[in-house]
Amino acid sequence: MEDIEIKVKETIAQLNDDENLGIDFPDSYIDDLSKAYVKNDLTDDELQKLIRKLKQAYDRAHVEAGEAVGTVAAQSVGEPGTQMTMRTFHYAGVTELNVTLGLPRLIEIVDARKDIATPTMDIYFDEERRNDEEFVRTLANQIGKSTVNDILKEFNLNYGTMEVTATLDAKKIDEKRLDRDEINAAIEKAFKKADINGDEITISSQKSDKDGSKFEIRELRLLADKVRDLQISGIKNIGKVIIRKDDKEWVIHTEGSNLKEILDMDGIDHVRTTTNNIHEIGEVLGIEAARQSIIDEAQKTLSEQGLSVDVRHIMLVADIMTSEGHVKSIGRHGISGEKSSVLARAAFEETGKHLLNASIRGEVDDLTGIIENIIIGQPIPLGTGSVGVKMDYKKE
Amino acid sequence: MAKRINAKLKRAYHYFGINEVVPFEEIEERINHLKGIPADEAVVIKVSEYADEIAEYFENEKRVADTEFPVAFSKDEPRKSWEKYTDDFPEDIFDTELEPVVDVEEESIEDADEIESVEEEAIEPVEDDVEEESIEDAGEIEVAEEEDAIEAVEDDEGEIEPDVDDEPAEIEVAPISFEPKSNKTKIYINGELLGYCEDPVNFTQEMRQKRRNGEISHEMNITYYEDNNEIYIFNDPGRARRPLIIVENGEPLLKQEHMNKVANGKLKWDDLINNGLIEYLDAEEEENSYIAMTLADLSPENDEHTHLEIDPATMLGICAGIIPFSDHNSSPRNTMEAGMTKQALGLYVSNYALRTDTRAHLLHHPQTPIVKTRIIDSTNYDLRPSGQNFVVALMSYEGYNMEDAMVINKGSLERGLARSSFFRAYDTSEKRYAGGQVDKFEVPDKNIKGYRSEEAYRNLDEDGVVNPESYVESGDVLIGKTSPPRFLEENFESSVSDRRRETSVTVRHGEKGIVDAVLLSETVEGSRLAKIRVRDTRQPEFGDKFASRHGQKGVVGLILSPEDVPFTEFGVVPDLIVNPHAIPSRMSIGQVLEMVAGKAGCLEGERVDATPFNQTLEDEIKQQLIDNGFESAGCESLYSGVTGERIDAEIFVGVAYYQKLHHMTTDKVYARSRGPVQVLTRQPTEGRAREGGLRFGEMERDCLIAHGAALTLKERLLDESDKYEAIVCENCGMLAVFDKNRNKKYCPICGDVETYPVEISYAFKLLLDELKSLCIFPKLKLGDKA
Repeated sequence: MEDIEIKVKETIAQLNDDENLGIDFPDSYIDDLSKAYVKNDLTDDELQKLIRKLKQAYDRAHVEAGEAVGTVAAQSVGEPGTQMTMRTFHYAGVTELNVTLGLPRLIEIVDARKDIATPTMDIYFDEERRNDEEFVRTLANQIGKSTVNDILKEFNLNYGTMEVTATLDAKKIDEKRLDRDEINAAIEKAFKKADINGDEITISSQKSDKDGSKFEIRELRLLADKVRDLQISGIKNIGKVIIRKDDKEWVIHTEGSNLKEILDMDGIDHVRTTTNNIHEIGEVLGIEAARQSIIDEAQKTLSEQGLSVDVRHIMLVADIMTSEGHVKSIGRHGISGEKSSVLARAAFEETGKHLLNASIRGEVDDLTGIIENIIIGQPIPLGTGSVGVKMDYKKE
Repeated sequence: MAKRINAKLKRAYHYFGINEVVPFEEIEERINHLKGIPADEAVVIKVSEYADEIAEYFENEKRVADTEFPVAFSKDEPRKSWEKYTDDFPEDIFDTELEPVVDVEEESIEDADEIESVEEEAIEPVEDDVEEESIEDAGEIEVAEEEDAIEAVEDDEGEIEPDVDDEPAEIEVAPISFEPKSNKTKIYINGELLGYCEDPVNFTQEMRQKRRNGEISHEMNITYYEDNNEIYIFNDPGRARRPLIIVENGEPLLKQEHMNKVANGKLKWDDLINNGLIEYLDAEEEENSYIAMTLADLSPENDEHTHLEIDPATMLGICAGIIPFSDHNSSPRNTMEAGMTKQALGLYVSNYALRTDTRAHLLHHPQTPIVKTRIIDSTNYDLRPSGQNFVVALMSYEGYNMEDAMVINKGSLERGLARSSFFRAYDTSEKRYAGGQVDKFEVPDKNIKGYRSEEAYRNLDEDGVVNPESYVESGDVLIGKTSPPRFLEENFESSVSDRRRETSVTVRHGEKGIVDAVLLSETVEGSRLAKIRVRDTRQPEFGDKFASRHGQKGVVGLILSPEDVPFTEFGVVPDLIVNPHAIPSRMSIGQVLEMVAGKAGCLEGERVDATPFNQTLEDEIKQQLIDNGFESAGCESLYSGVTGERIDAEIFVGVAYYQKLHHMTTDKVYARSRGPVQVLTRQPTEGRAREGGLRFGEMERDCLIAHGAALTLKERLLDESDKYEAIVCENCGMLAVFDKNRNKKYCPICGDVETYPVEISYAFKLLLDELKSLCIFPKLKLGDKA
């Protein structure tokens, strides 16, 4: 196949040289051309003809200069958005995970929120591990948050001795693939007065030495809560974990997200493992990944609602949001607030603020944008307004 | 108000152990420090035994030391200081036996718990103030005045309570205890705790019995809530109540004999209530009732029902009650019709000829519906109907009745079908102004300020008022009037009479008509008043809105010449052709039934009763149709009016009551090519009445941007709106001025410099001006046009 691709490339190069066609196809086109060449058993002439035709079609599909892509993108995302409002907030998902969906999620993405309502991760595994249930379960318990409460067999408050007695359930510990030593270490670290004796743990109230009073019972109960809520395993920011078998492969879904630490773990598929937190992706994997994440998330939210929006519109949004190396929001604090034109900014939001600041700084509006020209009543520099007539002075 | 004062009084008893309450005049000399309050409005509480202690307390308390101790307060204005004292009054300061808590406000439920024994001394209430909660004899208090007999006017339908004017009446009911114990039932009257009772079930029963006997007003409603062990008694105004037949032992008390007497006029509705056969329940008491829907639901043995519905259709109000067979319709359609029937034209009043409503519609030949309901009977709809019985064919017609349009028969229209009149009344008076100036009804003089064309005044009589029955169009003057000048300037170059303004009343923009009535009268101030009523006949036209009684609304899509209308075997021609697509998805089966029933009714010469939730008429109607030689389903063969050929499909033809709704094309059609602009922005005005432009909004603007139609956009937003040629100073960039007198352009800052004309929107010029007024100096830098 590779030699065919080379041949196609050579043909293109030759055409470029001979006829100055300026063909520059993306790789996927080369791939398709090669396939068509093989499949239809084309002659060289036919290949040339095909390339010419393709070039024509490719040029035709190109957006014209002066096309209002931004407005069209805004309309194309905005219109389905109006349909979304009605049916949202409920999710007939398979998991018990609660994820923000619909319009609220779309707003979250476009606003580039730092703290999204429901961060989640989908964790995939590399080829050896993706069918290893034991490994996945162990890892899930390492990732997911477990507290003492999850592994309790018995739990008692002894008001006489002012002690909390907890009996751990070996079965549950086993099920959760937790390490006994680690549990003990965690408990000892948290409670100085812990006395660990096999499965039995006795923790005495810290104030029991002093004279017993009414106050202590409350103290003991607080201690009991503390013991039960003690975290014995898990990664920061990750809460509940759900293990699922998706088409012959084990996947972990999490509530909360910590991409950096998860990617550091062994056996993880670094390519497919992802989070829905765009900022986190931006920090861990870089701005290009963040851009892709915006596209994916927006497209996912829309398609979940049964709405199909051409990716290119969403891509444009993502491009603009990430064009300066960090994720910016659309709106007052992002794109719209950073426009160069005073009039355009003032026309959007916070009119007074922009006019005042512009006058203090003596800003100059060169009236190159759309909004400015509508305000002053000039043809907009778009579409038919993007061309002008220039006189050739030499001919006279 | 009185009640609130009473509450204060009760609290006064409570806090101060007051043992005497005396009317103001009796102790006038004792309270000479209360001069501010009119004698008849004040109530004085004498603080006898504890006077010293109270005085001491308030002296020690710096906070209130210099405030006068309120031993009296006005009836209408409770002293604020009083509230201050009582609210944080220390409980232990008067460690005495307290009076029973009768009236309960915020804190008194707790207080009630503290009551140990009942003070022996009786409290004499001040007549006019304490009447509601008057305490006759401490320890044993009767629920009396709350339930006193009230002469109230009853309506046939559900009633709203009139304000109860209490008179104390002596009626013995089970004694109410004041000892609060948790196992006793609390009794609330109109939301206020009155006392306790030990046997709530019997108590409520007894109260209800007394109501039925007429011992207590029938407006009293009592409810016992078992779960929170409370009894609520209500007799206040504003409760929605409805009548029900009382049922005892599975037998309705209202018997055939009663109904016969009612039919003979020997018994009236009020008698049925007074005899305890029918009673009104409010929403609360319904909670204690078990209401049978029909007589069949009752059984003589072991029946728990307490009431019987008079008729299930009583649940419907006036609007929904008009719908025949509404039990066969989908609920949204019934809701829609209930809203739409209010928009129907009809005989809205019978004295319309004597009225001057600003706007009024009147249907010319209103008919009583052939298919009626019993609600129609009881609301006297027949006396003031709002529709006509149309012969309706359910078929499509050349696409002119798609999407809820309908084809209407021109022949029918010319015979007056759905024809209506629109009346608009105009009025004005000869106002008087300061300085002896007055308006004057007259035909304005030609040289008067604001004189219209001579044409506009042509219908005016000598007195300046139009003649009746003259045809007028928009802009025509109805009442010629002149007013004195607005400002009286110092220099009287011309006499005041020369500078009068024209302030005539003209026919509204877009309206026309014939002057129906001219009324001359006087205002309250005694100045002349003229009222003109203009009438306009409205024959149905394209776009006029019609609706049946089943939420099936539509607009006229075609007015079909009578010769083209399809006809039946007997030559019957429909008035209206409705598209069959209007029926299935909306499930308004009632319309289909109405049409069949209406057809049968026409053939039999009888009206059909289609009250919902009643016996089915299906077989009867079918039989009637068959008897008259029609198909039982109401379908007929129709012949094309154009070709005379028989139409292949059987067409459903029936008679339905249609309403003309007051949305008519004439009131709405509008277009503008040029017209008035606003003064401030120079943009077109808004609204049809002001001959305004049609808004080219934000989203429309976005569309032109998306299409890249730059010049179209400029045309909409600038050329066709507020285009303005500004002159800009080359030097400073500010707007320059054109001096018309000197025919010269100059810059207010730089003086005589080069200026250039620039085409901008006036709104932008306004923005620049406003910025300047904010001390922001916007400069325009000019360059060559690209």
